[in-house]
Order: sequence, then structure tokens, then C-alpha cells
Amino acid sequence: MQQLESLTREAVSLAGGARVIPILTAKEAEVGRQMQICNSCRYCEGFCAVFPAMTRRMEFGKADIHFLANLCHNCGACLHACQYAPPHEFAVNVPKAMAEVRGQTYVDYAWPPALGKLYQRNGLTLSVALAAGLALFLILAVAMKGGLWNTGLGGNFYKLFPHNLLVSLFAPVFLFSAFALAMGVRRFWRDVTPATSGAPLNGPAAAEAADAVLRLKYLGGGHGEGCNNEDDAYSLSRRRCHHLTFYGFMLCFAATSVATLYHYVFGWVAPYELPSLPKLLGVVGGISLMIGTAGLWRLNRKRHPLHGDLAQKPMDLGFIALLFLTSLSGLALWLGRGTPALAVLLCLHLGAVMALFATLPYGKFAHGIFRTASLLRHAIEKRKPNPVGLGAD
Amino acid sequence: MIDVLVVGGGNAALCAALMAREAGASVLLLEAAPRDWRGGNSSHTRNLRCMHDAPQDVLVEAYPEEEYWQDLLKVTGGRTDEHLARLVIRASSNCRDWMRSHGVHFQPPLSGALHVARTNAFFMGGGKALVNAYFRSAERLGVHIRYETPVVSLEMDGDRFVAATTEQGERIAAKSCVLAAGGFESNREWLREAWGQNERGEWPADNFLIRGTRFNQGVLLKHMIAAGADTIGDPSQGHMVAIDARAPLYDGGICTRIDCVSLGVVVNRDAQRFYDEGEDFWPKRYAIWGRLVAQQPGQIGYSIIDQKAVGRFMPPVFTGTTADTLPELAQKLGLDVDTFVQTIADYNSACRVGRFDHTALDDCHTEGLAPAKTHWARPIDTAPFYGYPVKPGITFTYLGLKVDDTTAVRFGGRPSPNLFVAGEMMAGNVLGQGYTAGVGMSIGTAFGRIAGTRAAMAAATAKTDHHATT
Repeated sequence: MQQLESLTREAVSLAGGARVIPILTAKEAEVGRQMQICNSCRYCEGFCAVFPAMTRRMEFGKADIHFLANLCHNCGACLHACQYAPPHEFAVNVPKAMAEVRGQTYVDYAWPPALGKLYQRNGLTLSVALAAGLALFLILAVAMKGGLWNTGLGGNFYKLFPHNLLVSLFAPVFLFSAFALAMGVRRFWRDVTPATSGAPLNGPAAAEAADAVLRLKYLGGGHGEGCNNEDDAYSLSRRRCHHLTFYGFMLCFAATSVATLYHYVFGWVAPYELPSLPKLLGVVGGISLMIGTAGLWRLNRKRHPLHGDLAQKPMDLGFIALLFLTSLSGLALWLGRGTPALAVLLCLHLGAVMALFATLPYGKFAHGIFRTASLLRHAIEKRKPNPVGLGAD
Repeated sequence: MIDVLVVGGGNAALCAALMAREAGASVLLLEAAPRDWRGGNSSHTRNLRCMHDAPQDVLVEAYPEEEYWQDLLKVTGGRTDEHLARLVIRASSNCRDWMRSHGVHFQPPLSGALHVARTNAFFMGGGKALVNAYFRSAERLGVHIRYETPVVSLEMDGDRFVAATTEQGERIAAKSCVLAAGGFESNREWLREAWGQNERGEWPADNFLIRGTRFNQGVLLKHMIAAGADTIGDPSQGHMVAIDARAPLYDGGICTRIDCVSLGVVVNRDAQRFYDEGEDFWPKRYAIWGRLVAQQPGQIGYSIIDQKAVGRFMPPVFTGTTADTLPELAQKLGLDVDTFVQTIADYNSACRVGRFDHTALDDCHTEGLAPAKTHWARPIDTAPFYGYPVKPGITFTYLGLKVDDTTAVRFGGRPSPNLFVAGEMMAGNVLGQGYTAGVGMSIGTAFGRIAGTRAAMAAATAKTDHHATT
């Protein structure tokens, strides 16, 4: 088995001794150790992108490990198929080793770096508490103006929070989140690129990666029957629930974007009612998001204990909870728009959305960004000749 | 009473259980191992050697019956049964749809294994994924499964199976029974006895590693032999390869193999070469090197390569011993420095390098050297140098119960009406010696399915008999 020392030595030799090779962390060294076992076995090559990417390498440096860790979808297939999984003394558990490094990369690549620590504190309690706290704050603000239980709003929440106030609250949070994530993934991309052929992005690679992201190809198990959840059975549940969540989120996002266009371009002011486009998108997206997150929650709770990094469960559940609360409160707001509860519902919804966006760059959402980057690098790299060339012999 | 009792939990046992259940029998499967270690050696396998006359899904070109048979004839040196071998070969051509129906997935050959793209169908995820799929399918179909239930003896009424007794002392009666509990490769005492003491006074088997499960203790095999069942095969024969000497005693599996033999030289403890490392393509020779190393003093060898070989073979799981000079390498490996340097110098000066091509039987060879290296002979002269210690790694033993194409266990030539055997416990009928990749699974699948069907038929007959008499 490869020890940290020899791994570092080999990494140095790989680089011709010229470059300074970053010393691996214990979690990274563990991925390196397991990859050396996997690379001499390779039975799992058909499951996903990680193993074919692995076979292009003889040694695993920091950047290789970061790339592979984010390429792993934690589907669990390789764990259940592994002849070296615990209780075997080799103790190979690729999903867990990868998840632990993945969690570390989120922290390492966070922008600004000081906020990376938030990843460790963004659990379920914090997420819900943040949403509740923000909602309470808004409720108190409205209550002080005496408008909390008001039948005279006629479904128009701009009477409570003027449009410009909402924009000035949400736009900075949203823009900051987007910027922080972009900065993080930019640095990740720069670090990983030299280890993944160094080639620039091209059309076919982008198309292939987009396909893998949008279809969640690697939750299909390689055979299309799905990934593992609580045991060695393959199931499409996770893939489907993730689709409902992802596309639900995108529809809600589209609803907001269309509404913004309506407001600024056409001067059509909310609220919009069915069958207007923003409402259609929002209702369908909201329901989809609710079903998807409820399903993901259930699957997460039933998940085999050896899958992934248990320490990240609070982060997973916190994100799922915020998405669920956002969709639930959004739908409740729509259904309760004509009642005196409008103000409270609005405050709850705005609290949930604000908490969601505020935690976006330092929570589970990051997985989509970093995994997409890794899938892109994989699609680029695989189009280059295999530097190892074992198959030829 | 249950209809069919299956003893064992690997590929052959599962194939038998599934077939018996599909034929309508009630089935109980007893696996000696706990659930985490179920599946025996099947969990370490990766493919099935398949006959096919035209390209078939993951299989390219054709691998006709005759070629398959000739391959088998060659590796066994004629120690095989043509009728049973051809039965296996034909069964391998049409069993995969059935396997798929029980959840097994196939995939194109793994990288680094393209040489078997034509002959072998790979299991997606390997043998453990196959075992998982079969157990899942068996459970769904209503096969009863008990783990940690090794069977130690059978109760017979003449040639007829009556009941099995477990290690815990429980008596389990059934109308018929399939034995598929593996060879005796995990039983180090028995291996020691089978291999005996050599002319150097060593007990060679003491230095063997077991590539697979620790649960194939051969308890039932020994019991059957004592009970007078007809046997076949030599207890010292088995599927044996040279593996990394640092591999664990059990379950090292595929990743401990050393694939760089044909790219360099192999020396023994005395720093002497002992066999033509370049005799043929490595996939055709890997199965003889276990025995070759077993015959060397201390049952150890050292595969030596130089920098030119790096990247041309599957990366080994353990890092090799590295040195910048040959004397330093000898020292690190614990070999006599002068002898080692002389051996390499003799080899290097005997090399006649033509056009090196590892994908063909090239013209790089030695002249005036004994033993010769007939292909891929290039001087070992480019630092860094690497050494990998190798030991014999036994995969499974060939001593088994003699059968005909019904898989019935035989006593003095008479077939039992309701006791059948499959898998490693009878693979010696086809494999008298030698091995070729994926044939173990072909044998297990073919005879496991036959045994399951026969056992279900025997149980149904027993039912009818019972009704006839009441």
C-alpha cells in the first residue's frame, strides 16, 4: 500500500522534481492509496467517469485527486461491487474517500477564503434557523407597521414590501453568491486543468459534459438501472428526485427571471395570476421542487451508512430543507394570497429564499458547480490520447 | 421438507439455486461465510470465457467452439474430458441472456485487458456485482438463504442423499442436494499435505498465498471422499499464479498480480533466472508462473524491470523496490549482489534486440543463454530499476468429485439419484491442470445450472414417488 511519503516522492518524480508539489492532506493521501488499489483492479470501469479517468494516471497528485473527488457522484455502485470494501483489510470505500476530499475542496476553494469555514457550520439547524430568523425579522418589521394581519392588501405584497426594497435586499445577496461561486470554481479550474491534459474547452466536450449534467448520466450506474441507495439494489429514485429538484429549481428561477423582464421591460407589475407565464413556471417548478426535495430527504435518511461522508449529512439536509421550505412557502403564499395570512406567508417565503441564497456559495449547492467543472475537464481530457497507453500492450 | 438444498454461496451454487427455483422447487441455500464475505471466489472474478460464432454485444469477432476447445486442450496439456469440456463451451454461448435476466450486466473489456475482448465477456463491476445480483434475484424468487451455515457432513441412504448436518449440529433434510462449496484452497493444512516436502526439505505450500476466499476449507469435499464418492484430479493441481509476495494471506484478489514478467527477467532467491519470461503473451502464461515459483527455493521470485517497462503493464498495487543501480537493487531485495549483477550482465549481453513490440511475438530474444528469453528481451540497463517479490498465489484446487454430464455425484461408478455437484468441487473434470482466463466461471455457470435443474427434477420425482406410495 502506498504511504504518504512514497506518494509524495512519486508525485515529485512525476513532475521531474522541478515543480514544488503540494503535500497531500490525510484525506487526499487516502484517495491516493485507494486509487492505487483500484487502478490495479479496474472492475468498476463501467460504472462512471471516475474509473476511466483514473486509468489515465499511474500516480495521483493533489490536482488529480481534487478532480476525481469532484467527478465522483457518490452513487455507491463501486462500494457494493468492491471485493476490497470493508471488512477487507484494504478497506476500499471510494465514495467515502472521495466525499471527504470533496468536502475539503469546497472549503479550500471557497471565496473569500475566510468564509470557507462556513461549510462546516451550514447544517440543518443553522439553515432552518437562518430562514426562521430572517422571516421573524421581516414579520416584526411588518408588525411594527401594524400590517401583519391585513385583509386590505388584495394579494398585492408590494404594499408590504415595495418592489425596490425587495430588489435592494435580494440583488446584492444573489450577486454576491454568484460571484463567490464563480471565483471558487475559477481557481479550481485553474488548478485542475494542468492535471487534465491542459487542453482548453471545446464544443464537443462541452456538449458531452452538459449531457452528463442535465441527464445525471452517472447516477445511472453505467447500465441505466440507477445507483445504489440503502443496499446493493440499483434504483432510479435518486436520479429522478434530483431531476425533480434541479428542474423544479430551474423553473422557479425562470419564473423569477420572466417576472423581472415583465417588470422592467413591459412594466407589468406583480402579482401575476394563472395562466401567466411566471405563475405557470413558478407553480410547476415549486411543486416539482417540493416533491423532489421530499424524495431526496427520504433517500438521504435511508442511505447506506458507508456511502459518502457522514459528516456532510447536515449540509446535505440543510440544503434540501431550505429548498423544500422555499417551495412550500412559495406555494403557500400563492394559495393564501387572498387571506389575511398573506403578510406572514410572504415573510416566511422571503426568509426562506434569503437564507437559501445567503448559504448558496458555502453549502451543498457548490457540488453542482464543482462537479460540472470536473465533468467538463473529464470530457476534455478523454479526447486526448491516453498518456498511459496500457491498453495497447 | 424443502425440495432442493444447495450447499455453497458462489456462482455455481447460485446458478443451481436459481435454476431449481425457476423449475418450481423450494430451495434453501446454505452459505458458510457471513453476508459480508458471501460468494466465495466468485466475488474476485471478472469475466466469463464465451464461445460465439459472430460478434455478440460486448464480444468482438468470433470465438468458435473448436478454438475454445483447442485453447483448453493446450492449457490442460490434455488433462481434460472432451465431452464435458465441450458441454461447458457450448453452454457458455447461450447462458448470458439467462444471466442478464437475473441482473448480471456485461461490459466491454476493461482497459489493459483488450487481449481478451474477443474471448471473454466482462461483468460490469466484477464478480461481486454478479454475486450481489444473483443473491438479490434468488431472494426475490423466494430462495431461502442462510449465512454462516457451513455444512460438515451428509447423511446418505446408500447412494441417496437424505440430509445435511451443519457445523452448528443442525440436521437439514431435503429431497435433493447440490454441492457447490468450493475446493480446498483455503485449507493450508491440506495444501501442505498435498504438496508434501520437496528435495530441499521445504514444505512449499507453507509459502503459498490464497488469492480468494478463506472459507473454502474443503470440509465437505473431504467428507465426500471419505464417504466413497468417486474423485478426479491431483490435489497439488490448481489455478495458481505468481502474485506479489506482500499480498494478504487471503482475498488479495486480482490486484496483487504482477504483470511485468514478460517485460524483464525473474530471478529466484539465489539471484538466478529459471524460466523463459518471454515464452508467450503474458495472458497466456500468467497461469504457469505460480507453479514455477513454487518450485524455486523458498517459493519466492523477484520480477526485475527497468525504466523502459514502466507504463507498459497494469500498475501493481504495491510499490516496487526502486534503485538507481543494479547492486543497490540486489541489496534492497536481499539478493546476493555479485550473483545478481552477473545474472543481469549475462542476460544483457545475450539480448539480441530487434524491433521491440510488446503486442506481437517480436524478434527481441537472447542467444546462448539458458534459460533463454525468446521474446521481448531487452537489456535491463536503464535506471531506475524496479523489483517486485512474487510468491505462488493459489486461486482454486482441482481435486474434485468425478461426474458425467448430469453432474450426479458417483459412488463406485453409480450415479446418486439426488446428489449433484458443481463449481470448484468438480472443475477438475475439465481442468486437470493449467488455466485460461474466465473458464472457471464458464464451468461454474454451466454445471451449476445443470445441477440445479437435475436437483429440481430429482425432488419432483421424489414427490411423485411419495404420492405413489401413500
